[in-house]
Amino acid sequence: MIARLLPHPGLSVLLVVMWMVMVGEVSFGALLLGIVVGILVPRFTAPWWPGRPRVRFLPALAYAAIVVRDIILANLEVAAIILFKRTRDLRPAWLAIPLELAGPEAITVFAGTISLTPGTVSADVSACGRYLLVHALHAPDPAAEIAKVKARYEARLKEIFRD
Amino acid sequence: MSPAALAEILVSALIVIGGSFALIGSWGLVRLPSLMERLHGPTKASTLGLGAILGASVLWFHLTQGVWTTHELLVSVFLFLTAPISANMIAKVHLHRLRQREPSEPPGPAGAPAAPPGGADWANHEAPHEGTPGDFVGD
Repeated sequence: MIARLLPHPGLSVLLVVMWMVMVGEVSFGALLLGIVVGILVPRFTAPWWPGRPRVRFLPALAYAAIVVRDIILANLEVAAIILFKRTRDLRPAWLAIPLELAGPEAITVFAGTISLTPGTVSADVSACGRYLLVHALHAPDPAAEIAKVKARYEARLKEIFRD
Repeated sequence: MSPAALAEILVSALIVIGGSFALIGSWGLVRLPSLMERLHGPTKASTLGLGAILGASVLWFHLTQGVWTTHELLVSVFLFLTAPISANMIAKVHLHRLRQREPSEPPGPAGAPAAPPGGADWANHEAPHEGTPGDFVGD
């Protein structure tokens, strides 16, 4: 019954919160409309999102904090490369990162994190779903770069999306 | 110094910092050697630029009108969601055109990416295998 009414409870809560943030004031009417949106949108989009990943909330919050911190550092790092590194000293490289994550949601979050953090942009996933193609702006040692990304983000994501 | 003047200095400083980062990101677009390197500028250097400007906006409304605005938070959330996706789309088009050997698409300093170990190709060039997240045959 609950599963039929709320196919993605987490998404519903997120939509209500987003709605309240968008309205920008706390009022009964806004909350009511937010709840209507939070119930209707997941129901109508459920056919295109059959699975339901279980997300651990506290590790996800800690992960978000780490990523925000890394985004700020990434900006400084990329700005320094753009301003001071000569093109002939730059070592761009393609990295094939072996994936231990299996869920599409987990891989998407991993790829998005890689795009937002230091000197890496995710480009593609392999047809077998076991490798992520990543372009690094400056990676003199590709193996070390792969190990760093896996230890820093993938290990934490495995905790968050553990089934 | 009056509080109002201090607030203006703080907000101005944030706007200048934000503008500088946006400028550095755009400069990266001009000076980096090829498409894939250029992709790094807008996905990152401009994120902090926009963040600082949005911070200035929040601070300004709080200090002058005494309200906390939340729209800036939404703007940054949507930016963090969409920036990797648009970068990914551009990268995929680049990979496709590289594979097609389009004369107007020279490979960058990193060359064309090698196929992943294990026999399968990248999903840009090969349909997703059965049982992988991208396989929608069974749905």
